Amino acid sequence: MNIAVCAKRVPLSGGRWELTADNLDIDTSGAAVGFTTSPHEECAAEAAVQLVEQLGGSSTVITLGVADSEEQIRSLLAVGVDRGVIIETDGSEWDPQATASALTEQIKAGSPEGAYDLVLLGTEAADTADFQVGIRMAHALGWPVVTNVKGMTIDGGVARCERAVGSSREVYEVTLPAVITVKDGLNIPRYPSVPGRIKARKKPVDTVTVEKPAARLEKVRLDLAVEEARSAEILGTGVDAVPALVEIFKNIGVL
Amino acid sequence: MILVFVDHDRGVLDATSVQALTAARALDSDVEVLLVGSAGRDAVAELATYGADTIHLAVHDTLTDYAPLASAKAALELVSSRSPRGIFTTGTPRGNEVLAHIAAILDAPMAAEVLSVTFGDAGVHEVVRNRWGGNLTETARVHNDLLLAAFAPHAIRAENATGAGNVTEFTPNLDAADTAVRVIDRTGGAATGVGLAEARVIVSGGRGVGGPEGFDVIEELADLLSGAVGCSRVVTSNGWRPHSEQVGQTGTKVAPDLYIACGISGATQHIAGCRTSKTIIAINTDKDAPIMGYAHYAVIGDAQTILPELVAATRAAKE
Repeated sequence: MNIAVCAKRVPLSGGRWELTADNLDIDTSGAAVGFTTSPHEECAAEAAVQLVEQLGGSSTVITLGVADSEEQIRSLLAVGVDRGVIIETDGSEWDPQATASALTEQIKAGSPEGAYDLVLLGTEAADTADFQVGIRMAHALGWPVVTNVKGMTIDGGVARCERAVGSSREVYEVTLPAVITVKDGLNIPRYPSVPGRIKARKKPVDTVTVEKPAARLEKVRLDLAVEEARSAEILGTGVDAVPALVEIFKNIGVL
Repeated sequence: MILVFVDHDRGVLDATSVQALTAARALDSDVEVLLVGSAGRDAVAELATYGADTIHLAVHDTLTDYAPLASAKAALELVSSRSPRGIFTTGTPRGNEVLAHIAAILDAPMAAEVLSVTFGDAGVHEVVRNRWGGNLTETARVHNDLLLAAFAPHAIRAENATGAGNVTEFTPNLDAADTAVRVIDRTGGAATGVGLAEARVIVSGGRGVGGPEGFDVIEELADLLSGAVGCSRVVTSNGWRPHSEQVGQTGTKVAPDLYIACGISGATQHIAGCRTSKTIIAINTDKDAPIMGYAHYAVIGDAQTILPELVAATRAAKE
């Protein structure tokens, strides 16, 4: 089975975000900002590696992003994905329609082992939260799609998918080829081992370029969320503060 | 007219999905609602209490349970027959995916995590939407006549209003492929205890709770307050608690009356899931932890020593 994982490089901050002077992007020049793979997609890559371990085949990670996305691709290769493809951008953002269309072309092109049977990606990216790229890809490919998946088994070309609804789970089944968008919690992604990292250096990462279409969901500006400037009222230290907590429970009517 | 897709599960109205109806009613006096599946009939009376006047009920032999593509196809028939200027949903898993299917079929842009909408002329509308789980907002132009907007859950509080609740049934034209992806089963049975998303009180634990056994006392406190247990991402990554309890950008987003964060430092990913709670109490050893900038009240100290005392005092206060 040939699996494509579409994964996105996103900024990572230990603190609050800061914006560039034109208000169009997160300022990533500061030392406090790093980059990571969008969390749902770490789980998508882990799922792909597990499925290939189980069923054979190949896994490819495809990223639309800057050349430096290779850093995130290599870390996914280090946990067992076979190869990477970067659809290289100049760092400006692609809207969800443009993103889906560029990724779809890569899926249609297939992998060196043959046509893809399964596309895995996050239900939404951590930064843009568009909730639509996987569904658009499925329509463009003429494949079925299940979203928000937190449990998945594949048997006989059929994927059985579970998604959480409250405290129970809905079950869906789709015949492959299919697009499945997953959520954090699908699995616990493994950490790359040292031999894994060494192997990853030798795995192929191809770069392709595609012309960027005009945005139809066009970013005009970003703003930092308006925070009620809040500083917690300190009720006390240690167990001495317990009576004050119980008073608050009473005051807000939960006790 | 704005068309609102409102969700129900086997006839039980999804309280979150109604928020999009309130958003639409604030923008337009002419709002119509789509319910999909004959079981939706059971949701009509309650839906009317949120001001729904005109309700389209899509009924079809194959619509025996939730099917995302079929729901989108039903909405598209109303796009043709009723010519709405917008389709709104609340960005629940179903609300987002039904709208994305509509957008994909129409090859139209769609805005998710929407906080507010300004309809423009000449097919360009403006939306403000959340990014990074609400840590940033984006102002964006949507280039399409029909505005497809999924509102961020809990961005708008659903408001009651008296609606006529007139139901028009229609049978959408569906083929087998439209219901190929549908709910075929459910596991995990009925909810035991209070679910995270609907709980009025959530007692949540992080790394500072010390380990899986540290959650015993959190469960006790949650029980006493008729609430639910939550946790941070590090807790689920360590395997201390199931992922279903994770509060945060990649877990469940919650908006309870009271959120108690025990031993949680307050990473942006966690704050994104609990920031809209009415009251936040932090119990933390570090008075400079990021959570202190979001909490209304704080106790400085070790959650592992404070929580047992708090449970005892809460129990005593109830007696």
